[in-house]
Amino acid sequence: MTETLPGTATDPAAAPRDVVLDVRGLDVEYATGDDPVRACVDVSFTLHRGEILGVAGESGSGKSTLITALTRLQRPPAVTSAGQLLYHPRDGGPPVDLVTLSGRELRRLRWTTLSIVLQSAMDALNPVMRVGAQFVDALRTHDRRLDKGAAWERAAELLGMVGVSADRARAYPHELSGGMRQRASIALALACRPDLVVMDEPTTAVDVVMQRQILAQVLRLRRELGFAVVFVTHDLSLLLELADRVAIMYAGRIVELGTSASLYAEPRHPYTRGLRDSFPPLRAPLRRLTGITGSPPDLRRPPSGCPFHPRCGQRFDGCDERLPVLRDIGGNDVACHLYPEGS
Amino acid sequence: MATTLTSADQPATRTTAPRARRRWGFLARRLGFYAVAAAAAIVLNFLLPRLMPGDPSSAIVEELERVSGQQVPPETLESIRAIFGDPGQNLGEQFVSYLGQLAHLDLGVSIVNFPVPVSDLVWQALPWTLLLVGVTTVLAFVVGTGLGVLAGWKAGSRFDAVVTPLTTFLSSVPYFWVALLALWVFGFLLGWFPLSGGYDPNLTEGLNLPFLASVLHYGALPAMTIVFSAFGGWLLGMRNMMVTTVREDYVLLAQAKGLAPGRVMLRYAARNAMLPSFTGFAMALGGVVGGALLTEIVFSYPGIGYLMYEALQKRDYPMMQGVFLLITLAVLVANLVADSVYVLLDPRIREQG
Amino acid sequence: MRADLLRGWKVRFGLAVLAFFVLLAIFGPWINEYVLGIDPRANDLEAISAPPSADHLLGTTQFGQDVLAQTIAGARGSMFVGFLAATIGTLIAVLVGVPAGYFRGGVDNGLNFLTNLFLVMPVLPLILIVAGYMQGTGLWMIALIVGLFGWSGGARTLRAQALSVSSRDFVLAMRMLGEPHRRLIFFEVLPHLTGWIAAMFLHGIIGGVMAEAGLAFLGISDSGAISWGTMIQAAQQQSAVLRGFWWWFVPPGLCIALIGTAATLVNFGVDELSNPKLRQARRSVVKRTKTLRAAGSEA
Repeated sequence: MTETLPGTATDPAAAPRDVVLDVRGLDVEYATGDDPVRACVDVSFTLHRGEILGVAGESGSGKSTLITALTRLQRPPAVTSAGQLLYHPRDGGPPVDLVTLSGRELRRLRWTTLSIVLQSAMDALNPVMRVGAQFVDALRTHDRRLDKGAAWERAAELLGMVGVSADRARAYPHELSGGMRQRASIALALACRPDLVVMDEPTTAVDVVMQRQILAQVLRLRRELGFAVVFVTHDLSLLLELADRVAIMYAGRIVELGTSASLYAEPRHPYTRGLRDSFPPLRAPLRRLTGITGSPPDLRRPPSGCPFHPRCGQRFDGCDERLPVLRDIGGNDVACHLYPEGS
Repeated sequence: MATTLTSADQPATRTTAPRARRRWGFLARRLGFYAVAAAAAIVLNFLLPRLMPGDPSSAIVEELERVSGQQVPPETLESIRAIFGDPGQNLGEQFVSYLGQLAHLDLGVSIVNFPVPVSDLVWQALPWTLLLVGVTTVLAFVVGTGLGVLAGWKAGSRFDAVVTPLTTFLSSVPYFWVALLALWVFGFLLGWFPLSGGYDPNLTEGLNLPFLASVLHYGALPAMTIVFSAFGGWLLGMRNMMVTTVREDYVLLAQAKGLAPGRVMLRYAARNAMLPSFTGFAMALGGVVGGALLTEIVFSYPGIGYLMYEALQKRDYPMMQGVFLLITLAVLVANLVADSVYVLLDPRIREQG
Repeated sequence: MRADLLRGWKVRFGLAVLAFFVLLAIFGPWINEYVLGIDPRANDLEAISAPPSADHLLGTTQFGQDVLAQTIAGARGSMFVGFLAATIGTLIAVLVGVPAGYFRGGVDNGLNFLTNLFLVMPVLPLILIVAGYMQGTGLWMIALIVGLFGWSGGARTLRAQALSVSSRDFVLAMRMLGEPHRRLIFFEVLPHLTGWIAAMFLHGIIGGVMAEAGLAFLGISDSGAISWGTMIQAAQQQSAVLRGFWWWFVPPGLCIALIGTAATLVNFGVDELSNPKLRQARRSVVKRTKTLRAAGSEA
């Protein structure tokens, strides 16, 4: 864990500036019980072409809800109740709002512009279909002229790209090792050359060595193919290494958003600081580990004011009354009363 | 990178061969189980009449002589004793001669239809049962599973909210009662269908058009009642499996890939949700030989079920015994076939005991 | 968990219906004697095969017996078979399934083989054969046969559950401390299986009621006893269907159908409890989601 992954945040070429996705005021609610639970509240961020945006948070912070909302894969009782997901097409055409898109239009955009890698590849691959066939149907859905033979060849090629030997295309998912499955599902996500790949903790199910290999591969492929990534995980240490920028979520809101470097060196929000101090530094003298006391709030009854105030060591009068808004504080966006307006 | 990856690839490549072998091992073990089960069925068939109070074989001989009004010929007597027990022999000797009878496919002679051998009567009834119950079992499965796929795919929709509770009720209604009602309404009140039998007795049996038409006409109502009362079970089972499967990650990923909804529903969700239903279906197919006992009775349909019912009513023990053996073996064979097909349907299959 | 179970309408309705029939089975004869004042076996020669009227609310049979009184009296016979068969079946399932899952190894192999054997044997023909040899069967015997041949499915479920419970740490730990097996099975493993056993028992009751009706319909029954099955069988024998005496065979059939529906509804509720995915597929949840979405797109 001592060497730097190639192409990390320090690599300026990896983050060209034009926007691929613009998320504005996204609200997601769960229609359970009599009062809907708001799992994502007023989430806004922009994602640039080829950029890796990390999203970190504890379980229950709304990060998984965000994934299904971004990809419009929600099922009842989850529902996007407000906000926009503006996708800017490659050809420079006018932006499309994914939230209001019809099923048919959405299907056309899926995989060719927007794809996903799920947490457990074992669960994400159809157990009764050969791995290659699961590439072939995606490829042929989005390119009707592609014949079967060519599609299978392409599937083998894609598998080769992530270092899985081509003959494994004819295997069933359970016949692959865990690492191979996870790499296959990354290759699958890239099958139709998307602009944006959402990754939901794709390395939690594999061992540490495999985790490094996979992350290195993601970075290499990103450099070669130029897709942007929203990488969601509970593991902030991993994000600080991998991502260009990181968003910290708490109780369904983004509480801090900034470059990995600034978040690591100088976290502004007490929660971000708590997260950072809960794992040992990678390349610095050891310091005392401090976690965050308490547990995430019950979203059915969110605390008044700043949702973090019950666990915050730096709270003061007023934290439990007013909700802090996300504002630019020295280059990072932070939602905290420690930084008063106009400071 | 390539070198490190090949080392990671190796273990999985090596495990494929044992996996293929495990699949055959699974089938071999199942085959062994069914062989033992078949043996158990034969032993059971052998023991049942011997365990029962009284001496069935003398009772049968007496009954035969009373029905036919003549002395039972020695070879028939021997055959009856072999099947139902010979007071002069010990159990071991009896079992040997019983197996000898079976090897010659000799199931004894029917009492009611003396002296027609049981096997002849069974062969006569079998096509009727296979036709009626076979067709309806497949039909009920297809209809029920199809509707179940839809209800589960759109779980919580209006279709689901109406069809599912309704089916719950329908599948709780005792079959013979439905059959009686159907017979009363469509046969008696409306007169659309004949009240009993498998074909018009005034026509000559054979492959001629009027006869085949009458078979269809006579079979329609029993067929409909079977489908009507059997599809609900498939529907409910499939619906619940669908609801669970639809929320699996691989279905989510299939949607994320932008596949057509129909393809996601069938190739990803239904294909996996069907696996448990399929086992049930194969077992139901095995049950086909046993006939729809109650259907055949309500409609006096000339199949295996009716044969067994008649045997039961008239205490025709050879008949009961023979039909039972046939039914048991058919169910075992169907189960074995089901297991074999399951291995093809589910590549993950492992031995589960 | 118990409170959650009772919250759904399905479970409540199902349990209410079952409770109603249990009460009917217990107090049926008393109701007949003191409320209706009709003996279900008495023949009213003035009203033979009469349709429903003020005197006979559900009409009479071919023999002038009151159908309502018979239906009420029949509850006891049917429920008796149901409960006895369920008790026997559940008991065997527990005795076979739990040790198989707890001890594993050789014990499991043997018991599991037995279970599989009974699982693949065609039960109905088997019951018919046995009942055929037992001339003049009573309700007792029918319940016994149904229970003896209908336990295999339950045993398989219990085996799987017992296997998972007994591999939990607390059981393993106590086993290593030398706690006797008997104590462990009865006081540690079994309590975790009560939910399954209860569901199985419920299933057994329905199975028993249905099987009794089916067997009675086939003529295997105690001719003296009154149950819903014998009622339908009598109706069938007297060609009630072909003569249009619907009031004779509709009520007992409906009773059986109601009990079956009730049990299915309870099972639905139990399934939803153990499988949250099913709960999210409820109509109410989907409706609420739709309303929210509509509100969201207007905003």
